[in-house]
Amino acid sequence: MLKLFYHTGRYFLLLKRVFSRPERWRVFFRQSLREIENIGISSITIVLIISMFMGAVCAIQMAYNLQNPIIPRYLIGLGTRETLLLEFSSTIVALILAGKVGSNIASELGTMRVTEQIDALEMMGVNSACYLVLPKIAAFVFFIPVLTIFSMAIGLLGGYIASFGTVGLTPHDYVVGITSFFRPFYVTYALIKSVVFAFIIATVASYHGYYTSGGALEVGKASTHAVVYSSIVVLMFNLILTKLLL
Amino acid sequence: MIEVKNVCKEFSDVKVLYDISAEFLPGKTNLTIGQSGSGKTVLLKCIAGLHSVTSGDILYDGRSFCAMNEKQRKEIRKEMGMVFQGGALFDSNTVEENVMFPLEMFTRMTFEERRERANECLKRVNIINANKKYPSEISGGMQKRVAIARAIALNPKYLYCDEPNSGLDPVTSIVIDNLIKDITVEYNITTIVNTHDMNSVMEIGDKIIFIYKGRKKWEGTSAEIFSSGVKELDDFVFASERMKKIREMSK
Ligand SMILES: Nc1ncnc2c1ncn2[C@@H]1O[C@H](COP(=O)(O)OP(=O)(O)OP(=O)(O)O)[C@@H](O)[C@H]1O
Ligand SMILES: [Mg+2]
Repeated sequence: MLKLFYHTGRYFLLLKRVFSRPERWRVFFRQSLREIENIGISSITIVLIISMFMGAVCAIQMAYNLQNPIIPRYLIGLGTRETLLLEFSSTIVALILAGKVGSNIASELGTMRVTEQIDALEMMGVNSACYLVLPKIAAFVFFIPVLTIFSMAIGLLGGYIASFGTVGLTPHDYVVGITSFFRPFYVTYALIKSVVFAFIIATVASYHGYYTSGGALEVGKASTHAVVYSSIVVLMFNLILTKLLL
Repeated sequence: MIEVKNVCKEFSDVKVLYDISAEFLPGKTNLTIGQSGSGKTVLLKCIAGLHSVTSGDILYDGRSFCAMNEKQRKEIRKEMGMVFQGGALFDSNTVEENVMFPLEMFTRMTFEERRERANECLKRVNIINANKKYPSEISGGMQKRVAIARAIALNPKYLYCDEPNSGLDPVTSIVIDNLIKDITVEYNITTIVNTHDMNSVMEIGDKIIFIYKGRKKWEGTSAEIFSSGVKELDDFVFASERMKKIREMSK
């Protein structure tokens, strides 16, 4: 319990150091661009793959669940769309990215810590927290809406592909389903969630990486902790935000 | 001038430094020597402000480092250059970018000026044709030399080198030693070098501090080191049979 307070306190102290004015804006933007490539662009493939499969599975299960003559069949497409928009494209994608991006950030910062690169920055008088962490947060928070929208589109496409050859579902019904009763707020809701999740993943992972001490073994541990704790916090905030927004 | 006053350092439960006092003058290469694990790196990091001291004080030209606020520390840190034991180059930057980094952060130089300065520094440490390579692509000794180039890029007032020539061949070692000595005299830098290389001690040591298990056991010049009369220092200096023989012969 005491440990929880200790870590929370230190986490917020780190954030305070992270959110200060960058030494050089030019350097900050350059680093941010680098991180967009590092964190964002390189995640597109994995988001594409999982969204495709999730959309397909979701449509098939929906068709299986709603196998009833009195339920209009277009509801299958509609249900698939709502599930993808509300939950999958934000939360599930965030969990996958917690694994990919979280461990990437934690191991990078952890390695820099144990090889004294962070000390070298401090030594020069650079605010290492701001220099290293802020571009990562900025890049991830900025890029995640792109990934979320992308995931929605690919998920719906996955469902469409699955609708060929699924009992009780035709492509036509599916398309009718996903195009009716569309509520734009669902997209807003998903985007709000994913931005918050990106912030959580980037900061929690940075926290674990930044405060690594020891050697290569500890870097491994830090990256595991980053994934575990950022996933837990993401799921907690998923509940909180859903309560607040819906 | 840097004054170390009664510095003690503890890590949670282990005591590493016991009541160390010393003075380091500008324009002089000051060496700290001692066995592996004696606390040289910890002392140097305390002086550089990377570790906070448990008790005691570090004075920079009479100003207490421990009493300074973040902003004042930042100012004084711009005047420090440090070479870490492992080099500590930024792996995601090339050799040239590493040396240009402090210039980019703290000067208003244009890109061309920065590159020129970086090349000048790299040339001083004998690194040519490696500008576009990444630290993982060059040898350990080259990494050390690039680290030295990075440390001197801003013309520091204080230069700290943690074993700058461990892992280097004798020829390059001497080049590096002389380089450190030269820039120290040329720019009147206060230099502190950790080493356990007796060659460097004899070559460049203006003032030598011997640390034994976290305590300062002796201080003096390289000329006095053979006749210190301190047992621990003799054990350190005359560790090999050959050195013992040389001592016998000179007697
Ligand atoms: N962060 C730390 N936490 C706890 N103990 C530490 C820490 N850093 C160093 N020590 C301990 O302090 C002692 C001195 O370490 P130090 O790195 O200063 O040795 P050194 O003289 O530089 O040795 P070497 O020549 O091998 O580099 C060691 O016993 C080490 O275990
Ligand atoms: Mg050391």
